[in-house]
Amino acid sequence: MKQFLVFVRKEFYHVFRDRRTLLILFGLPIMQILLFGYALTTEVKNAKIIVVDQAKDAASEQLIAKINASSYFDIEPGEDMEAAFKKGNIRCAVVFPADFENEKRIQIIADASDPNTAKTLTNYLTSIIQPPSAQPYQIIPVTRMLYNPALNGSMNFVPGVIALVLMIICTTLTSVSIVREKENGTMEILLVSPFNPTYVVLAKAVPYLVLSLVDFILIILLSVFVLDVPIRGSLLLLFAESTLFIISCLSLGLLISSVTQSQQTAMLISMMGMMLPTILFTGFIFPLENMPLPLRIISYFIPSRWYYFIVKAVMLKGLGFWAVWKQTLVLAGMTVTLLTISIKRFKIRLA
Amino acid sequence: MPQQSSDAVTLNNITKTYGETVAVKELSFSVKRGELFGLIGPDGAGKSTIFRILTTLLLADSGVATVDGYDVVKDYREIRKRVGYMPGKFSLYQDLTIEENLEFFATLFGTTVTENYSLIKDIYEQIAPFKTRRAGKLSGGMKQKLALCCALIHRPEVLFLDEPTTGVDAVSRKEFWEMLQRLKQQGITIVVSTPYMDEADLCERIALMQSGSILSIDTPAAIKQAYPDELYAVKSGNMHQLLKELRAYGSCYAFGEYLHVSGISENALAGYVKEHTDVVIKKVAPGVEDCFIRLLLKHE
Repeated sequence: MKQFLVFVRKEFYHVFRDRRTLLILFGLPIMQILLFGYALTTEVKNAKIIVVDQAKDAASEQLIAKINASSYFDIEPGEDMEAAFKKGNIRCAVVFPADFENEKRIQIIADASDPNTAKTLTNYLTSIIQPPSAQPYQIIPVTRMLYNPALNGSMNFVPGVIALVLMIICTTLTSVSIVREKENGTMEILLVSPFNPTYVVLAKAVPYLVLSLVDFILIILLSVFVLDVPIRGSLLLLFAESTLFIISCLSLGLLISSVTQSQQTAMLISMMGMMLPTILFTGFIFPLENMPLPLRIISYFIPSRWYYFIVKAVMLKGLGFWAVWKQTLVLAGMTVTLLTISIKRFKIRLA
Repeated sequence: MPQQSSDAVTLNNITKTYGETVAVKELSFSVKRGELFGLIGPDGAGKSTIFRILTTLLLADSGVATVDGYDVVKDYREIRKRVGYMPGKFSLYQDLTIEENLEFFATLFGTTVTENYSLIKDIYEQIAPFKTRRAGKLSGGMKQKLALCCALIHRPEVLFLDEPTTGVDAVSRKEFWEMLQRLKQQGITIVVSTPYMDEADLCERIALMQSGSILSIDTPAAIKQAYPDELYAVKSGNMHQLLKELRAYGSCYAFGEYLHVSGISENALAGYVKEHTDVVIKKVAPGVEDCFIRLLLKHE
């Protein structure tokens, strides 16, 4: 036991004396959370549009003022919409016919080379303009945005980024730290000692588990206090599920380390090799439901997919363990499998 | 169960190949308890492979080896408790201080620094003034001393040192060998490898190795005595020309500022160098290096 503790202490020395590790450990999550929370968003704001007003009457001016008042649009000066579209200066154009008062028709032209933005903008515009219904009766749909009434975009991203960050940090740091021992030759001395090789693996995992939990707390604090993402469910449950996920990522890192010989390879596999599948198959950017079956099957093997579901359920929807027990079970199964393989695969000799 | 044997290390027909390359070929030898045994040979002779097989890090393709009476394959756990190993490359934690490294390895081997301090005292005192310095910032000689301390801290039965003096300055090398002599007096069996032939004389027994085979194994004195010919050191004003000419008649190679020549009688030699200026010919006693070169030629 004392050997184990000394080993863990040694790992902490390594981490705190290496700027690169510290940067990955604490710089990466802060950067990612702020990037995804603030800078990268799917909302469209301040889209530039042109208004071609051929009517120039009270009604059209009233509408233009309404559009201008919304934070979604910036009205550009000038009326040459064709030139502006060609230059790519504007996303959208609104044309009032000369006989607007009688005709009650407006033309909306959008640049659909980016179909999502075009659709969003025309939706926004229509809802601002609200054409008077031709029907004798009017249907007023009452929509309610569950869990996220303000449509805060970071609410979707935060769980995804937590999954992404933990996945990358845990696998990278663990795999690199074991491979470093091989590269520096210290593994030779560790093996030629009475210390049980299994403990080497576990002693490597413990410090990174602790540090990853610190990371997790950091991300949660940032999300709650900077990005206004609420935690509706049990914090304890969230913490426990995250610990499980972290252990599964650590096991993956250990597995990577057992098949690589150099720090660069380990870093490449765990950063590049993990980043892309995590982004693609977690579901926080691209909806998994729309993917063809083979890709969906792949996504079942990505631990972050299950974790993402759990975090969303617990954090945003405030659900309890009963809602996520299946996903938890899958994650636990993955963790046990990965950990067993990586301990079994850990070589007690050099070759 | 360990056999009560007088040999600390035995190898019997050990062969190890890496793919096509044969690293060690049907090697057999043994090291007595308390002996300071040297594996002498150039890079690629198979010295490190032997160390790794004996320290249970590598499995031999065939053959049997024991350390302190334990089989290297079956009883690897026992061996790992009993041996100290210093790999060829400096293999301590560069980002830990001298103190932290030593304490870490002491704990890893289930002991404490104070418990076996007497064994490393002489060595440790030399690096103690820098004990808060990180290992990566030490000079080559200090690194070797630290590595030796770490390998010794659990008072091993057998100490394996793979090229401990490579990359270390001459003064530190000398000090290092003096330390080994003192450790030998404590009853520790030491197996050491080196590519430097001048260090061979400091071992009790040596094995001269080349391409995975042992050319000769004996005490340095016996090996030198077995040198079959007279050996002459020759020097002249034009060494390059001299070397070219003498090669035609016998064995001749550069050795320091002289050429070492054998297989030619002194009279004949005097005749061959007549044309040269500033000629010096003297009879010299063969060193281990001369024996090694001789054995190599015979081997080929």
